[in-house]
Amino acid sequence: MSNNNSYLSNYFHRNGRALGSIGYFVLLMVIFFIGAPEAWIRPNLHQSVFVMMPTLIFLTIPLVFLVASGEIDLSFASTYAVAAYVFALLVKNGVDPGICFVLGILTGAAIGALVGTLIVVFRLSSLVASLGMLFLLRGVILLLTNSRSITIMEVENHWIYPLLVGNFYGFPMQIFWAALFVIFCYYFFNKHVFGIHIQHVGDNTVSAEQMGINVNAVKIKAFMFVGVGAAIGGIFTTMITYTFFPTQGFGYLLLALAAVFVGGTPYWGGLGTIIGAVFGVGIIAYMEIGIIAIGWSGEWRQFFNGLIILLALLGHRLHGERVR
Amino acid sequence: MENIIELKKVTKRFGGITALNRASLKVTKGEVVGLIGDNGAGKSTLIKTLVGVYSPDEGEIFIRGDKIINWNALKARESGIETVFQDRALTPQQSIVKNIFMGKELRYPFGFIKEKEQIYEANRLIREIGFTSKLINAESPVGNLSGGERQGVAIARAIYNNAELIVLDEPTNNLSLNETQKVFDFVLNVKKSNRSVLFIGHNIYHVYDISDRFVILDRGEVVHQLNKNDISTPEELMKIMRDTIKTH
Repeated sequence: MSNNNSYLSNYFHRNGRALGSIGYFVLLMVIFFIGAPEAWIRPNLHQSVFVMMPTLIFLTIPLVFLVASGEIDLSFASTYAVAAYVFALLVKNGVDPGICFVLGILTGAAIGALVGTLIVVFRLSSLVASLGMLFLLRGVILLLTNSRSITIMEVENHWIYPLLVGNFYGFPMQIFWAALFVIFCYYFFNKHVFGIHIQHVGDNTVSAEQMGINVNAVKIKAFMFVGVGAAIGGIFTTMITYTFFPTQGFGYLLLALAAVFVGGTPYWGGLGTIIGAVFGVGIIAYMEIGIIAIGWSGEWRQFFNGLIILLALLGHRLHGERVR
Repeated sequence: MENIIELKKVTKRFGGITALNRASLKVTKGEVVGLIGDNGAGKSTLIKTLVGVYSPDEGEIFIRGDKIINWNALKARESGIETVFQDRALTPQQSIVKNIFMGKELRYPFGFIKEKEQIYEANRLIREIGFTSKLINAESPVGNLSGGERQGVAIARAIYNNAELIVLDEPTNNLSLNETQKVFDFVLNVKKSNRSVLFIGHNIYHVYDISDRFVILDRGEVVHQLNKNDISTPEELMKIMRDTIKTH
């Protein structure tokens, strides 16, 4: 009996936060279903959610790593656009889109490394420094493009288009890639040295350092991972719409952050949940669309977004405070 | 008995201050040595020299009889000397197994972790050093453990790192009676496995209970060494300590 107890309590310690966010998701679905059953059974509502989800997943999941390491990044919303800009510009100039895709992702990693190094080496507040970077990078984009968008119909005839964002018998490929990304990140976070070290670093930096973990390197890599995720999201979106917009990504800033915390990852570092974050993304994406579906006006959206963030935080509070 | 480590007439100066003055200390296999002395007696300088954080200005260091030059922290760890610091260097939100393997995870290629092996090994280690509660296993978070049990996790980690000598820096500080007893049980299990412990403390009663031999430090000098057989009560040890320090 007592043995059972310890397994149960360990299980709850590991998965409680993820279970909480799954619970919220189910509750939200039930509410929407009761509110608008006809709208809810129509497949095109869910389709539009599933179009939005992959991008949010590429942005949100890497943020779980970073928040678990004890840092935060806001600049990803601009990295998203910079990487897409590099991609679109190179495609426009006749470079093979496959190479452009790789270069775009490398751009994201490089910006992540830059932001991370700045914060870690000069010991800046990651919140404030990445806020500065958010504006700075966006400014660079607006200056370089003169606020003009770039259309890249060229990608449609390249093999990379059907592979990454095409339709596979009616199934959008980006959902497949996002799912693969989630599975990869689950193992990367829970079963890989990278994720384990991130949890140690975010939990107690001094302890991690004493046990020989290179704290700065771990944190910079986490920033780079966020940059890579943002780049993938940005490039995918640009390909889907055949267009690069200089303002793209800004709308995702708060949504992705909300998804991290609604998903059950605490803000103080050391803990994180990938599965929880996926459901956090689900909650945020359905909120965006569900409110309209049940016949309320769009003005309610932000109100409910805010409400659910607060409710989710209160709910996760039940899971306990930070242990020291 | 084989000496694990021996410091011979070690001197360490910081600027004009002599923190250690021709201090000699040895620890043999399977013994628990209690290091006592007032605040500022040089305990922490002696320990830091022993574990290679400081290199001595004068004197010699022998490991298993061999003289070692350019003594440093890496050589100390390679020689099987592990320190459990006062703050224990744990990450409380993580599981026991993650803490034991922190920074030294068992890995498959590409950095994935051998989770099953780690859990098996961690369970074996914590049972070996004396965790008996069925409520605790390798996957329990460290944050749920008591102060004494956390000390046990740090000791288990030292054993995993092949420690021959475990240096415990004030391990019973701020612990209740009950918790102190737990730490003593861990130390006795370490001793049973034929490893050595250097136990530092300023509570004479704690040091008396657990140690086989006592080393009294005062103003950077080792002023007295005695075996537990030489005395019969902690009060006697206290008296000897007071007298030697007074006459010194």
